[in-house]
Order: sequence, then C-alpha cells, then structure tokens
Amino acid sequence: MGRMERPLRGVADPPADGVGRRDFLKVCMIAAATVGLPASVGRRWAEAAQAGLKPSVIWLHFQECTGCTESLLRTSHPDLGELILDLVSVDYHETLFAAAGYQIEEALHQAMEQHAGKFVCVVEGAIPTKDDGIYCQIAGRTAIDILQEVGSKAAAVIAIGSCASWGGIPSADPNPTGAVGAKDILTGTTVITIPGCPANPYNFLGTVLQFATMGTLPALDDKSRPLFAYGRTIHEHCPRRAHFDAGRFARQYGDEGHRLGYCLYALGCKGPETHANCSTNHFGEVPDCWPIGLGHPCFGCTEKGIAFHKPLHEAAVLPENAHPPIFPEHRRSASVPAVGAAGLVAGAVIGAGLMASKKIAVKDGEDER
Amino acid sequence: MSMDRRALLKGIAVAGAGAAVSATPTEASEAPQAPPDAVGMLYDATRCIGCRACVTACKTANDLPGNLYDPPNDLSGDTKNIIKKYEVDGHVASYMKQQCMHCLDPACVRACMVGAFKKRDFGIITWNPGRCIGCRYCQVACPYTIPKFQWEKANPKIVKCELCLHMLKVGKQPGCCQACPKAAVIYGTYTDLMADAKERIAKHPERYWPQGSPKIFGEHDGGGTQVLYLASVDFAKLGLPDLGAESAGALAQKVQHGIYKGFVAPVALYAILGAVLWRNRRAAAKTGGE
Repeated sequence: MGRMERPLRGVADPPADGVGRRDFLKVCMIAAATVGLPASVGRRWAEAAQAGLKPSVIWLHFQECTGCTESLLRTSHPDLGELILDLVSVDYHETLFAAAGYQIEEALHQAMEQHAGKFVCVVEGAIPTKDDGIYCQIAGRTAIDILQEVGSKAAAVIAIGSCASWGGIPSADPNPTGAVGAKDILTGTTVITIPGCPANPYNFLGTVLQFATMGTLPALDDKSRPLFAYGRTIHEHCPRRAHFDAGRFARQYGDEGHRLGYCLYALGCKGPETHANCSTNHFGEVPDCWPIGLGHPCFGCTEKGIAFHKPLHEAAVLPENAHPPIFPEHRRSASVPAVGAAGLVAGAVIGAGLMASKKIAVKDGEDER
Repeated sequence: MSMDRRALLKGIAVAGAGAAVSATPTEASEAPQAPPDAVGMLYDATRCIGCRACVTACKTANDLPGNLYDPPNDLSGDTKNIIKKYEVDGHVASYMKQQCMHCLDPACVRACMVGAFKKRDFGIITWNPGRCIGCRYCQVACPYTIPKFQWEKANPKIVKCELCLHMLKVGKQPGCCQACPKAAVIYGTYTDLMADAKERIAKHPERYWPQGSPKIFGEHDGGGTQVLYLASVDFAKLGLPDLGAESAGALAQKVQHGIYKGFVAPVALYAILGAVLWRNRRAAAKTGGE
C-alpha cells in the first residue's frame, strides 16, 4: 500500500460539515474565473447562494456510468462536493441521496411541485427509445416518461455528459437500446448540453451558477453547447500545436517522438474536429490532467459522431480552411474592367499630353519665326 | 545582278535535302525510358491525412520563406510543394500533393532555349540560374504548370521541386518524404517505386481509381514521370491532366518534323513565293520598261 501513503482528499478526510465564508467565496471566484467571468460575478454567486437564492436542482440518471457525477464530486479543489450542495439545492439525486424507494420518489414529486417552473433539471445519461423505452425504467416508468414530465416543469434543462447530450457510449454502434440525448426527447424546450466523458465540472458549474445568479443562460452553439467552453477546437489551443505545424509527430506509442511530447495527430488525435476547452481548462485543476496532456490522443468525447463512433486510430479531418482546393482562386490585384478603365484614362492623359506638346511646339516655332 | 530560276531552285533543293537528312536521326519514335539511376517519389493519396508536414519540411529543406500560420494556397515563388484538397459535398474526398513530376521526357527541358533546365543526376530536372534568361517558356511548356517565377523579386528565380538533390547527395531523403507521418509519400528508385505501386494495386485493387483496373499516374502519362501517383478518385479531379502516353515535347517535335518532312512544305512555299516574284517582275518589265 505504498501508493496510499498520502490519503486522497475527500475520501480519507472526515466529511466536512460546513465551509467557511472565505473558502466559499474563493471557490465561487475560481468557478467564475475558469469560465471566463470577472471576480465580481463570483462574489455575486456567493451572495446569492448565501441569501438562500439557491436554485433547486433535480438530477435525473438514465443510461450512464455516473462518471459525470463522480468527476463533479472528485475535483481536486477541497470540498467541492460539499460546495455543490451549498451552492445549489439538490432536491433529487439518486447517487447522492441516502433515501431510496418510495421515499426518494416522494422527494422528487415534492420538489417538482414546490419549485415548478423554477427548478433546474439536470440529465445525466442517454435515454433509450427502442421498444418504447423499456430498457431504462425507474419506479416502473420509462426514462422517456420521467424526462418528459420533469423536463416540462423545469425552468432550464441541462444535459451533462456526452450520453445525455447526444447518446454517448450507449449510442455506439449497433446502439441496441436506441439511445439518444435529452435534446432528442425534449424537442420543444431548450436543452443546454455540456458534453464530455466526463464533462468538465466547471463548464457545468459555470452554466448553473450563471442561471442561478443572473437568471440567464450562456450563449450556445448549434449543438446547444455553451460557447464559453465549446467555442473552439482542442487543436486551436493545443499545447502540442507547434509540433503539428512543424511536422513533428509521434508515430507509435512509446517511440522517440511520443517520449519527446510531439503531436499526436498521426496516432489518431481528434483534436482538430473536437470542440471543447480541455486544452485550457484541465480536469480537477491538475496541470496537464487531460488526454493529450497525458500523452494520449484526444478521442473526441464532446463531439457527436466521433467518440465511440470513429476508430481511435483514424485520422481526424482537419479544418476545411487549412487546404487550398485543387485549382485555387488567385487574388487579382485589380478586376478586368478596372484595368480597362484605368487604361482608358491613362491613354486619354497621354493623348492630351501629346496634343498639348504639339501645340506648344507649334507655338514655339511661331515665336522663333 | 541576276540569278536564273533554275539555279535558285537547285540551291533550295540541295539545302532541303541536307536538312531532311540531318533531321532524320533525331526523330524519336519510341516511349522515353527512365535513366538507369532514376529516383522518384510515390504519393498515395489514399494514405494522405492532409497534415501538411511535407509542406513545412519542404520549406525547411529548401530554405524557403513562409509558415503555416499563413499557409500558401498554391505553388509559388516560395512554395515548391503543396497539399491541396478535392472536395465532394463539402467533405474532403482526397488530398493531393503537387510538386515537380520529373518527367522522363520533360517539356521544360525541351522548351528552355538556353539549356538552363536539364535532366541531370538520377533523372532529376534542375534549373541553372547562371544560364536562365527569364523568358519563362518553361512555365508555359510544363503540362502540370509546376515552374513558378518570383514575380515580386528584383532578381527573380524559377522555383520548382528538384527532389532535394542537395540532400540526396549527402545521403538523406527529400524533406517531404522524411516528414510524412503516414508514409503517403515515399522516396525510392524509379523501378522500386513502380514495383511498390503495382504491389499495392494488386493487394487492394478496391482502394484505387479507376475501379477494376487501377491506374498508376505517371506510368505512361505524358511519356512517363519519375513521380508516381495512386488515388481513389479520378486523377483529372486532382488536377492531373489527361495527357495520353505521348510527351508534350514529343508531340511538338512530331508537328515540327511533320512540317519539314522531306522539306516538301518549305520548298513548296518558296516555290510559290518565287513564282509570285517572277510574275511581278515580268509584269513590271512589260508595263514599266525602264
């Protein structure tokens, strides 16, 4: 047990039964900073949370591994698990609740009625649709039923993780349960997706806290992902980008290029087609704690149709604008009519000049005579 | 001074026969052959991932300016090698690498009137700045539009791939072939590459275009080239013209030699001109009578 000399935080530590105001403020500010908001916003979050304006959260689990919840609880910053419970009021969460059976069902209904139209519905896991959705049932009801009921009463629906966002692992070929994301079930409402396998907890926190404090939702892309986190590809901000541009590639796991930290593109890295902020917002705030940082190609977990669909070794498609077409258009310095017009003007000037010089010559001749 | 018609025609006929005799030995009738020490490259478009490592490596190997943050969009005065894309419905159907093809019977060498272009060691076509007069006939002659001119420079050069001859001489591979992470472009002797290409087709005929009987571009095209191509799409879509088996130079030679064949056409032309001259003089003598 040599490796366990230093106990893992949050596991071996005694459970914290409260967080100091100072620590609380600090975490709020870090949360704000990591999603690119000013420190004043962090202060406002802390104030809102302490004034009891915590939004009620109903957390639904469907076809998933609970990895998103786990990563949310196990971020390396102290006591974040506790803080989530303090920042927001989680009224239903199957993993975190001690209660079970009828008791927890009761809690769900109570929270739903009490905060109808005000609570945040978080969905974790894909929803099976095949055979009327019988492959995932809770309390005798299918996932589709539960999501439709809870989702219709929620003020906002957030899908956390790739499963809830677009199907994730359960939707991998041949997709035996017909798994889809929450967006495909709640077609009428806006579903914010925070894909990732697992999703980066700060992307989730930033979205929830913005809603809690300002009542607004972040700007979204065409796949309903917050732009602050998913606006750019991994490739754009990759710390190994210089190696890509210089043509230095790791060609095999463990070869010289791999040991020297060269670009992983040739090994099948999906960074060029994957939109996420992993390259700038590492997991658990541990430097380089993300696939490429650890020497593994990005496998495109945030992107529908890439993770669990494209083979790991398959080369990613590079951004379209990087290559010229076979017959590129060459920029002309001036259009044909413009050159023509300029030629006419120049000709007229030269002609006028010639005529003028002729007249002057004649005049001079007359003068001399 | 007067020279009678008979003597003139005799002189022309003698000169014509001489020209016809001297022209015969240069008539090339069979397909050009690769020199025995020929080297080249094989670019397999189905393996290319479009990373452009070769574009950067080429610039480094040849000491050319530019970087990939401002990527070139075509071959130019500072780009000897480029990767392009062929799109179908907004998706890349194939990548394409462009550089000098190092033809077996190069049109540029034939067009260069001062001998600045030469097919030299290993069959590589090189350009000699000391001889070049900047006429750019090579640019016009090349069926692949490869030679580029440094328009923006006061002392411009012709820029084209010389298969990194300077690196081959020190026992290194061309820059692009060294850099390719997927071995989509490889360097080797002409015979080895041809055998390799044929082996790939034999192993995976379904990968290559055209389906059924895949083609190696450069095996016969334009008289054959030392750079060979394999692709999954029509080569014409990748910007490689359909040249037939005859080289441009051979075709031009055929046309030229056709005109002068047996010196019939020039003799006929001069005969007509002579007749017109003779008629005019006779008419002038009749009317004017000076």
